[in-house]
Amino acid sequence: MSENAGATLTLSSPEEMAGRHLAHHFDTPQQQFDSGKLGMWLFLGTEFLLFSGLFCAYAVYRMLHPEIFLYASRYLDPVSGALCTLVLVTSGFTMAWAIRCAQLGKRTGLIIALLLTIAGGFGFLAIHGYEYFEEYQQHLMWGTNYHPAVTAPQQQVVVAKAMATAGNWHQLDQLGKQGYLVAHSNIAPAAIGPAGPALVQRPAASVTAAPVAAVADQPHNVQIFFGIYFLMTGLHSIHVIVGIILLTYLLVRAIRKDFGPGYYAPVDFIGLYWGVVDMIWMFLFPLLYLIR
Amino acid sequence: MTTTTAEIGEHAREEIPVGGNYLNQGKGIKSWLFTLDHKRIGLMYLISGLTMFFIGGMLAIVIRTQLLVPNGLIFHGSYEAYKHYNQVFTLHGIIMVFMVLVPIPPGALGNFVLPLMIGAKDVAFPRLNLLSYYLYVTGAIMAVVSTLLGAVDTGWTFYTPFSIQTETYVVWMLLGIFLLGFSSILTGLNFIVTIHKLRAPGMKWFRMPVFVWASYATSIIQVAATPVLGVTLLLLVAERVMGVGIFNSALGGDPVLFQDFFWFYSHPAVYIMILPAMGIVGEIITVFSRKPIFGYKFIVMSSLAIALIGFVVWGHHLFVNGQSAEWDAIFSFMTFFVAVPSAVKVFNWLATMYKGAISLSTPMLYALSFIVLFTIGGFTGVILGALATNVVLHDTYFVVAHFHYVMMGGTIIAFIGGLHYWWPKIFGKMYNETLGRITCVMLFIGINLTFFPQFIVGAEGMPRRYATYLPQYQPYMIASTVGAYIQLAAFLLMAGYLVHSLVRGKKAPANPWGASTLDWSMASPPTTGNFDEMPVVTRGPYHYDDMEYDGRLGGFVHVEPVPALAGAGVGH
Repeated sequence: MSENAGATLTLSSPEEMAGRHLAHHFDTPQQQFDSGKLGMWLFLGTEFLLFSGLFCAYAVYRMLHPEIFLYASRYLDPVSGALCTLVLVTSGFTMAWAIRCAQLGKRTGLIIALLLTIAGGFGFLAIHGYEYFEEYQQHLMWGTNYHPAVTAPQQQVVVAKAMATAGNWHQLDQLGKQGYLVAHSNIAPAAIGPAGPALVQRPAASVTAAPVAAVADQPHNVQIFFGIYFLMTGLHSIHVIVGIILLTYLLVRAIRKDFGPGYYAPVDFIGLYWGVVDMIWMFLFPLLYLIR
Repeated sequence: MTTTTAEIGEHAREEIPVGGNYLNQGKGIKSWLFTLDHKRIGLMYLISGLTMFFIGGMLAIVIRTQLLVPNGLIFHGSYEAYKHYNQVFTLHGIIMVFMVLVPIPPGALGNFVLPLMIGAKDVAFPRLNLLSYYLYVTGAIMAVVSTLLGAVDTGWTFYTPFSIQTETYVVWMLLGIFLLGFSSILTGLNFIVTIHKLRAPGMKWFRMPVFVWASYATSIIQVAATPVLGVTLLLLVAERVMGVGIFNSALGGDPVLFQDFFWFYSHPAVYIMILPAMGIVGEIITVFSRKPIFGYKFIVMSSLAIALIGFVVWGHHLFVNGQSAEWDAIFSFMTFFVAVPSAVKVFNWLATMYKGAISLSTPMLYALSFIVLFTIGGFTGVILGALATNVVLHDTYFVVAHFHYVMMGGTIIAFIGGLHYWWPKIFGKMYNETLGRITCVMLFIGINLTFFPQFIVGAEGMPRRYATYLPQYQPYMIASTVGAYIQLAAFLLMAGYLVHSLVRGKKAPANPWGASTLDWSMASPPTTGNFDEMPVVTRGPYHYDDMEYDGRLGGFVHVEPVPALAGAGVGH
């Protein structure tokens, strides 16, 4: 790569290209490629393991406190989550397209596909960033910062107490599923965990409180959900940002005519990484947004 | 020293210099700081690791000096003083575990020896290897910075909720250890790919030396367990910086979840520490007994078994911490299983020595010390793994003694043994054999004197991590401290004769010990390209029939295995 005479580089055969990128300690380009691929897969395994701690925390808390997850996931917008999913899946497709273009030596196609993939990454970040912004505005934050606004937008207030005393759980539940906000209860806030607006809640889920309190008050420790939500999606977003940086690096090299049938390993490996970033979101989306 | 450029191919990016060896091929500080040579990186790991070992060791001396008298010789009388004691033992633990025991056996000896043993020119990803090293250095620097700002006083385990509440610089330390963990992951990944893809022609899986197998098992743990430590530390950082609440019961979190996460890494991590040591001991014992290793496949498989079983025993750290009785029983049962492959190894080493032509050279003395000390440490581990005794002995000095027998008497002793074993290959110089043996005996006595009394006081109920103790334990504590001073003297003596060997040492032959593995097949020290011509492997790693001692060289040379002369060899 020291001689950057682009014109001569485009004329080089796949064998020459492969030979130019062969490091001194490998015997054949194939051996080098296989080593890189195995290393990349191992690295992606560690990425899954990095997330596994968070998935494990999610599983533990959801098993112990299903009511928190049922309650809190209603704050998240499934439409925006689905949009994120769509954008990421599309970028996964364009990434696969980019790999194919690199293998076939189609430079223009490679550049277009990489640009689209980068756009997908930015699109995901924009949609998700807007979601974060909305949650920040409503103080739907983690741990000590969880002080949600009493009236969230786009939610109607209904009188829960009367229905609760009438024992009409089914109707209450239906209202809750439609996203209705229930009037703030006159029960004192929970001893542990900051108080928030009250939502409809099945009494069976909250065994410690009296039935009326269970209906009218939010479950304890809702902030646990938001802690897990922000950590999981935040760590994922960091991976998206890293992915965009890596894709930009690929784009620069693609413009410099570095890739072709003889040498496309970086495109292949970063494509794998991007696939894993997609895949982790495939797990996050239903686990966080589609609990109901 | 024929040219190596021809076989590398005309497309090689870097020309490998001809003549000399890896130490003097390439001059100047830059050729070291930006080197991609696994041997130079290994050497840099070695120097950094020994520096950290010195710091951690001096902290241990401070601890032992403090405990000379019941009220504490150095820190006594005030809350602040006792807090300083907590900081000292915390730093001792963090430095020794995360900066010496985990990274240095693979990073220093593994890096240097592993590619040589399988007949490779380098590890699979040399740049990643250098990155690993710099992540290690950065992590260590961050740990030092956190110490200067306000040394952590949580113990090396960072248990919540105290690690959330303490005013010391926990976040810096955690981020430093996160980087160390990342370094460890990349080293493991590199070794796995190297072993899979870069073996010389004919180097089949069951022709690899046992140290390579041990490194392979170690790497699996590094890759599979360390990410979990990474996310655990990040969660704890998030806890302190953002107040996320996952581990904070005041916010509805669960502190025991932290312990589960932490030990999911940190229990397998003790196998990261001990497995390379076992590999080193296997190499030393076969060479100095002049006999092929007994039960090669059993030794190989027991390494993998230890690595796998190590993942399902972490709960034995939580027997008294609110874990359910069922899980207690399961984890206790699984813990006993670790003893099986460990014992398989010990029996195979003993069987290797049986009727061997044993030479009690310095590396062999270390290997023998390892067997004794590791067996004591291992057996007391079974005692601690049993539920009933664990409840009594939990958090006493018995645990401290057990851990130090395994880590100090096991890993460090084997590492020092390996350092002596490969010293001629690494530096091309011989050390003073007499001083080497004296030092080993001193260390053996010192370690036993330091840690055996701790079993007794632990069984009598003395808790660990306390700055003061009841007067009835003082005789044991004095013995323990004297033992620590003996170890210090031994290490200083060792530093003296090893440095002397670098300056004045006799030039080492290619194969001073008569080892048959590939790492001894080239000149000492090796050239940057490792092998003048690519080795082709046709048989297993250990065979001593076709080797003869050459008095003029001071080392062993290959002889053609003529049947009539078979009896003339050193082995038979």
